[in-house]
Amino acid sequence: MEGETTYWQENLRLIFISLVIWFVVSFGLGILLVEPLNEFRLGGYKLGFWFAQQGSIYTFVGLVFWYSAKMNKLDKKYKVEES
Amino acid sequence: MDELKLYTYIAVFGSFALYFAIAWWARAGSTSDFYVAGGDITPLQNGMAIGADWMSAASFISMAGLIAFLGYGGSVFLMGWTGGYVLLAMLLAPYMRKHGKFTVPEFISDRYYSKTARIVAVICLIIASLTYIIGQMKGVGVAFSRFLEVDYGLGLGIGMAVVWVYAVLGGMKGITYTQIAQYCVLIFAYTIPAVFISLQLTGNPIPQLGLGSTLADGSGVYLLDKLDMVVTDLGFKEYTTDNMGGTLNMFAYTMSLMIGTAGLPHVIMRFFTVPSVQAARSSAGYALVFIALLYTVAPAVGAMARLNLMNTIEPAAGQNLEYEARPQWFKDWETTGLLKFEDKNGDGKITYVADAEKNEMVKVDRDIMVLANPAIANLPNWVIALVAAGGLAAALSTAAGLLLAISSSISHDLMKGVLTPDLSDKNELLAGRIVMTIAILISGYLGLHPPGFAAGTVALAFGLAASSIFPALMMGIFAKKMSGTAAVWGMCSGIGVTMLYVFQHKGIMFIPGTSFLGDMGPDWFFGISPNAFGAVGALVNFAVAFIVLRFTGPAPAHIQDMVDNFRSPYGKIEASHDH
Repeated sequence: MEGETTYWQENLRLIFISLVIWFVVSFGLGILLVEPLNEFRLGGYKLGFWFAQQGSIYTFVGLVFWYSAKMNKLDKKYKVEES
Repeated sequence: MDELKLYTYIAVFGSFALYFAIAWWARAGSTSDFYVAGGDITPLQNGMAIGADWMSAASFISMAGLIAFLGYGGSVFLMGWTGGYVLLAMLLAPYMRKHGKFTVPEFISDRYYSKTARIVAVICLIIASLTYIIGQMKGVGVAFSRFLEVDYGLGLGIGMAVVWVYAVLGGMKGITYTQIAQYCVLIFAYTIPAVFISLQLTGNPIPQLGLGSTLADGSGVYLLDKLDMVVTDLGFKEYTTDNMGGTLNMFAYTMSLMIGTAGLPHVIMRFFTVPSVQAARSSAGYALVFIALLYTVAPAVGAMARLNLMNTIEPAAGQNLEYEARPQWFKDWETTGLLKFEDKNGDGKITYVADAEKNEMVKVDRDIMVLANPAIANLPNWVIALVAAGGLAAALSTAAGLLLAISSSISHDLMKGVLTPDLSDKNELLAGRIVMTIAILISGYLGLHPPGFAAGTVALAFGLAASSIFPALMMGIFAKKMSGTAAVWGMCSGIGVTMLYVFQHKGIMFIPGTSFLGDMGPDWFFGISPNAFGAVGALVNFAVAFIVLRFTGPAPAHIQDMVDNFRSPYGKIEASHDH
């Protein structure tokens, strides 16, 4: 098995990528970096405030569907779809 | 009967009739129907049902009000209660669906080959769910007494009877189909007033965009800038930057709500109702879409309600509203005691400022904001009637989901799993129904006589789920070697430190006067408030479990095989069970 990526390893990689994005949009842009980001504007929204109350939620929705689609492909690749 | 009351009766009882019809059509015939709706709900349907299950009276009635007064700090609820679904979709739901059991404690007992673990999980589940239901029952009582002007207790009784009929009769199957209808009612009831108000204030009908737009009064000022200006002029903190006790507290609070959401059993068990692992992943996505519809509108509702309230009391700087000229909604809420005015300087005008010495709006209950919002904005009566039906739909749908979680954990986990393993399918179904009836009566009683600690316990529900259930499930899936002993130690220490911190601040079992802070100031642990402490409890859980694992050795081989089995969608369900 050495050197060969498995279904589970590829799944872990996808989860890792997703959780980095999940963390950055909410905890990163919405909380930790909110003050510098608030210098920028998105219409009437301060940018950091927008991430905390709108942007992070939209990203979460996108993330779950992206992960779900990627996993469906992975299921096919490794032929592990449910019978 | 006036027009508003007539509309309200039509909206409320019309929606009840719909729920009954659905429950009758989808009544349960087997334990599988009763617990997991036969396992063949589509992801889209399941997503909607999860949305209704999740969005309680707290989301519908309280959240926008909290945001209205907390401003940016209220973001913790928005991010926390949606971000948890990302964790559910990736870390828990697909694997637990693959394992293919009915309840969360059952998964824990299989994975950790331990009855102790199952019982610990059942206890966490019952405490978390019961405290939640009390809030829903209170919501039902308040909605009835305010909108239909019936007695609070009678309203509560009607609510209990309605839930009893469709939850006991239909089980998960009836509840799921009813919740789909309830979702539609509640989302319309929430967004229609928001669209009207956004249109009035900014000319943009989409509330999410309206919140970022300029005001429609021709001034060219952005709505949020105007709101910042109005509140800071009166001495309140700036709306868009007020960060509720500092960055670290916001961080921990958001994290606690996220992992608490992912660990709440009544949400997790919805993923057992879909036909496949793929469907479990996508139903989390659909659920989040349906939840996000309300959660992205809520900040607009909060900010616009705050601005409308401020403008009503002080239409132009220094021109305060005469108390005698106050609008009808002001009088209505005064009679409920949730809004109070005290003319401190005796000028007959209303002064609303941050300074407690001069402030004359001595009580503005946050919970009235969503319910009063349509009246504050002068919207037509049918919109107000719709809001009443929506609030009831939110409370009833969540109560039903919680009742099912409680009854399944008692009839399936305690009775069938531990006490009387030879219970037949038919008798288990009967036991489930009896337990649910008892749970309705208990929660109704508690809703009628809310214990003094009711308010504090909602935080405890999230704290418990975050510090015990979520880490146990996650380690069960991602740490193959994690053993039963280590997991039980982890759960107990996680709950232990969380409860200790909460009780230290709020009293032992929330009894006043038993708090024991001593020389330590409030929020002494790096400024983290008790509500935000679940994240710390979860860290303790993980740490203790891994330390104990080092000293006691890994899980047996057949358990590790079972983990391999549920990590992959392929292969048979219920591997290595009952041997």
